[in-house]
Amino acid sequence: MAKHILATLVENRPGVLARVANLFRRRSFNIDSLSVGRTQRDEMSRMTIVMESDSAEADRLVKNLYKLVDVVHVDHLHSQPSVVREMALVKVKASSENRREVIQLCDIFRARIIDVSAESLVVEITGEEEKLEHFTELVRPFGIVEMVRTGVIALGRGGHTLKDEGFKPNRGRAAAQSNVL
Amino acid sequence: MSDDTTATDGRREEAGAGTDAVVLTGAEIVCECLLREGVDIVFGYPGGAILPTYDALTKYPQLHHVLTRHEQGASHMADGYARATGKVGVAMATSGPGATNLVTGIATAMMDSSPIVCITGQVPTGAIGSDAFQETDVTGITLPITKHNYLVRSIEELPEVMREAFHIARTGRPGPVLVDIPKDVQIESAGFVYPSEPIELPGYRPPRAARARQVDSALELIRDSKRPIVLAGHGVSMAGANAELAQLAEKARIPVALTLLGKGAMSERHPLCLGMMGMHGGAEVNHAIQEADLLIALGMRFDDRVTGNLATYARNSRKIHVDIDPSEINKNVTVDVGIVGDLREVLGQLLERVERRPNQAWFDRIAEWRTESELREIVRPVDAPQHPAVPEGKLLGAQVIRDLFEFTGGGAVTVTDVGQHQMWEAQYYHHERPHSLITSGGLGTMGFGVPAAIGAKMARPDQEVWAIVGDGGFQMTLMELATAVQERVNVHIAIINNGFLGMVRQWQEFFYEERYNATPMVNPDFCKLAEAYGIPAVRVTERGEIEDAVRAARETTAGPTLIEFVVEKEEIVYPMVPAGADLDDMIRRPTPEEFERKRRERAAAAQAPEAPSAEPEEAPAAAAALGSRFGV
Repeated sequence: MAKHILATLVENRPGVLARVANLFRRRSFNIDSLSVGRTQRDEMSRMTIVMESDSAEADRLVKNLYKLVDVVHVDHLHSQPSVVREMALVKVKASSENRREVIQLCDIFRARIIDVSAESLVVEITGEEEKLEHFTELVRPFGIVEMVRTGVIALGRGGHTLKDEGFKPNRGRAAAQSNVL
Repeated sequence: MSDDTTATDGRREEAGAGTDAVVLTGAEIVCECLLREGVDIVFGYPGGAILPTYDALTKYPQLHHVLTRHEQGASHMADGYARATGKVGVAMATSGPGATNLVTGIATAMMDSSPIVCITGQVPTGAIGSDAFQETDVTGITLPITKHNYLVRSIEELPEVMREAFHIARTGRPGPVLVDIPKDVQIESAGFVYPSEPIELPGYRPPRAARARQVDSALELIRDSKRPIVLAGHGVSMAGANAELAQLAEKARIPVALTLLGKGAMSERHPLCLGMMGMHGGAEVNHAIQEADLLIALGMRFDDRVTGNLATYARNSRKIHVDIDPSEINKNVTVDVGIVGDLREVLGQLLERVERRPNQAWFDRIAEWRTESELREIVRPVDAPQHPAVPEGKLLGAQVIRDLFEFTGGGAVTVTDVGQHQMWEAQYYHHERPHSLITSGGLGTMGFGVPAAIGAKMARPDQEVWAIVGDGGFQMTLMELATAVQERVNVHIAIINNGFLGMVRQWQEFFYEERYNATPMVNPDFCKLAEAYGIPAVRVTERGEIEDAVRAARETTAGPTLIEFVVEKEEIVYPMVPAGADLDDMIRRPTPEEFERKRRERAAAAQAPEAPSAEPEEAPAAAAALGSRFGV
């Protein structure tokens, strides 16, 4: 078992997210996280899929993703040097007595405080999953009121990019439609 | 109206000078696209949301519409049409219930990789999502059972969507594509130009030839093998690689086993063709697979019905798997060499360098198994000594198929339903040509037979077509008899009537201690039923009557015919690999000697009911599950 990060380039068409999500359900793939967003090209979106599995299972997912007509390219970032990030917003209980302690922790983790109220702080923290886990463990004793995470996003380092050759935006198609969601 | 003139000619000017575009409604664009994709028949059923397209069809007499009696019939007919020709079959239905009724046929086509395009009407764009009358999310419903589907958002994208739908349906690993068209898109008008540039879908690039390195590895495995066997599936015929398969078998002297849908991939008269493998395959075929040292799987997908227990499947063999769908490689069975590509191209690559190998011992071994199997054979020539298990004066389903094979000269296109008759077809009707057996293998759809046969016959009017169905499945879609009559489709229907859901009954006999729950059927008089539809029908109850009935049916060249074969109620399909058992752990029909011994023991036991049975239990696990009864 290992963590597999699949960077997936998809055509920016209605229903693509449903197709990908349905694939996970239909073939019982266990997904840790999925994040979706635009890319440098209007016609394409990028999904970052993280799964904990053996490599045969990850291969099976890659092949099944490719079966979807809207999936242009899938990259197994596991095997590439890559930068991996996730962001979390954490609302931590902090009164005037212990606020300073929380701020110190934030400094150590290079997290930013983006909102302050009498009872709590909202902290923005970015990094690899491990760092986020570690940080949340440390602030947990103060009391985490609410938390949200973006899911992992990743890019290959240096010259490694996702192939989108052969892609020609469909005349009038992509433009007419909003996004994958 | 000749082929190159259409209803649109009159309006060419409206689009304005200097452009090739004509102004057409969305509905007309659908028809134009169908024509350009080479469609000649549309199977369907009208309704509110698809009415504009039905109205447009009146201007396109080249598109013959077949009114089915249920939308499920339309999707099965489109499937039968596609399987008989390799062309894309087209089904059309309205929104809501019309669309949902297509679903079984779409799932059937998906599992068997059959190219069909389904066109459904949808409520107007503005009403989508409002739970409007007859609204259903058909693209959502069919997401997992289509190769791809579309909800058309505007008339501008309609021509392109239609073209892509046919392209995706017929290329790569074929499959069903659904196009859902809101009513307002059908009514609106726009300039229509059929795109002429090649289709480029960045996420859809079906593979062609194999990588040279994989071909080398495959050749190496073939060279090193002593007991090789080819497992040929549906993909062989779909790729048109039948000649290449025969050449490969001959050149390298490798025996060929067929999957159910692989029947027709190679002539079953060919000395290297062993016949069908799997749950009801030949015992010698399954033994050969289990003892092989090399499996060469071509265009098949290691379905559980052909592998049995995966943990013990062909344990001592290396494996080569060629398929056009990369996701099939290493899905069920881990292979040594996986080759993704078009079978015809890949076999061409292999053929260039494959060598002949001396392996007579392997063929001798297979021949021994076959001789042993023949002892147990129940269908014998009328004048030969019969197997003692054949009940006096009873007709067997297996005999019916064997005789049908003989009296049609083996040349018919047969379309089956699902169940015991389907397996007898597979065992006793030997096919020589590709696309000559049409059957629901993957989904196992009862009710497939009659409508698919109608579709097949309409696609190939020159071909003799027989629908072989059970009394159960026939009654699931028998309303399509009216379609066959209305269209004067000369399809021959053979009902193998045993008054039971026979295959389920067989499972109940073997695995549920003969509790025949929900399997006995009280049937209508099928001949009178046929008469009510105006279909000539005859009932056959003895083997001697088969020839005349088949001849009479074949001499009827207009409209459908029907023969009801009343067969033994509790006949069993042998051999049988119980679900999940090892492939060579088969329940076998007893040999005549075994049968007689069993009969004597039973008689003795009946006289002394208290005596404990001291029967030696040398039988394998599967046979032990058989219980006390030793049926036909």
